[in-house]
Amino acid sequence: MSDSQGPIWEVFVQKKAGQPFVHCGSLHAFDKEMALQNARDLYTRRNEGMSLWVVLSSAIVSSSPEDMGPFFEPANDKVYRHPTFYQIPDAIGHM
Amino acid sequence: MENKNFEDIFEAKMAKNEIIEPKDWMPDNYRKHLIRQISQHAHSEIVGMLPEGNWITRAPSLRSKLVLLAKVQDEGGHGLYLYTAAETLGTDRDELLNALHTGKAKYSSIFNYPTLTWADIGAIGWLVDGAAIMNQVMLQRTSYGPYARAMVRICKEESFHQRQGYEIMCHLSFGTSEQKEMAQDALNRWWYPTLMMFGPPDAESPNSENAIKWRIKRESNDQLRQRFVNQTMEQVDYLGLTVPDKNLKYNETKKAYDFSEPNWAEFKNVISGNGPCNKERLAARNEAHKKGEWVRAAAAAYAKKNKDAVAA
Ligand SMILES: [Fe+2]
Ligand SMILES: [Fe+2]
Repeated sequence: MSDSQGPIWEVFVQKKAGQPFVHCGSLHAFDKEMALQNARDLYTRRNEGMSLWVVLSSAIVSSSPEDMGPFFEPANDKVYRHPTFYQIPDAIGHM
Repeated sequence: MENKNFEDIFEAKMAKNEIIEPKDWMPDNYRKHLIRQISQHAHSEIVGMLPEGNWITRAPSLRSKLVLLAKVQDEGGHGLYLYTAAETLGTDRDELLNALHTGKAKYSSIFNYPTLTWADIGAIGWLVDGAAIMNQVMLQRTSYGPYARAMVRICKEESFHQRQGYEIMCHLSFGTSEQKEMAQDALNRWWYPTLMMFGPPDAESPNSENAIKWRIKRESNDQLRQRFVNQTMEQVDYLGLTVPDKNLKYNETKKAYDFSEPNWAEFKNVISGNGPCNKERLAARNEAHKKGEWVRAAAAAYAKKNKDAVAA
């Protein structure tokens, strides 16, 4: 029998209500329930969060660093997406 | 041709002090170095639970028992953060544990010394965690992202470890004469093994050059050791204790302490498996893992049953 530790899960913690969930690390667990309990014991021993997400690591789809350039290229030449691109008369002040 | 290009990108990142992430291309030797270092670090946290675990049932008060339990639990957590950081490099948990259990992998030599009295628990928190913190603070800025992030978490948790140890040393040093003697005895036994924790002298440290070049380490073994001695002496003096080193004294010109090197032959002997507790530690790890086997098997079976039920 193979003596496995179960699959890897990624853990996300929300520090306070209203804040985004932030990745804090990963762990091994055999199912969702165990993943959530392990995440609590491992990543929130000091009230680091009030809500947890766990997701199977294998379910995450990510961009790859090799095509970082071309993949994000469409955003590179669109300065007009930024507020500083526009001229507002000084008389108007802050907008 | 293509590899050359990747290597240039890697070197450029190194030059710009950028962080390497798991999916980035990296030289094989960088990867190997990290797997070795991070897994040794993880094993040290896990084996490090044993000498302190030895005193949980005999802690002198309910408060000290709670504190020691929490500390040992933290060390287990540190081991787990580090194992998963190592796993981002393409090794897996079973492989890592197997290397530990068969004696193939190394862990910090310090945990092969016995904890004979309650004062040892004070000395470990104060000195051993203190030395570990010095190393780990540096590693918060290591070049590999998952390792650096694990270190940030760990450093946050470590400071209570050192403080609880020093508190024990204070109680004993300012207690009865027998208690003070116990504290002195613990300091005598843990001093040199703690200095060994920073690794061999720079001139004889085989892995240091690459580690510095790749910014895995940012300071050398000797630099960290010197800083540790400088920082610790005031704490020793406060306790009214003395370190077991006749040559130790403050050097005005270098604005740092002179001190004796630990016995490096002893270090080599302990690291290669012949310290006072190496066999005991390895046996305890193997036994704990074997005793957990039915739990892992049951959890796997339960997860499979539930998945089948969902699929049906
Ligand atoms: Fe630790
Ligand atoms: Fe610690």
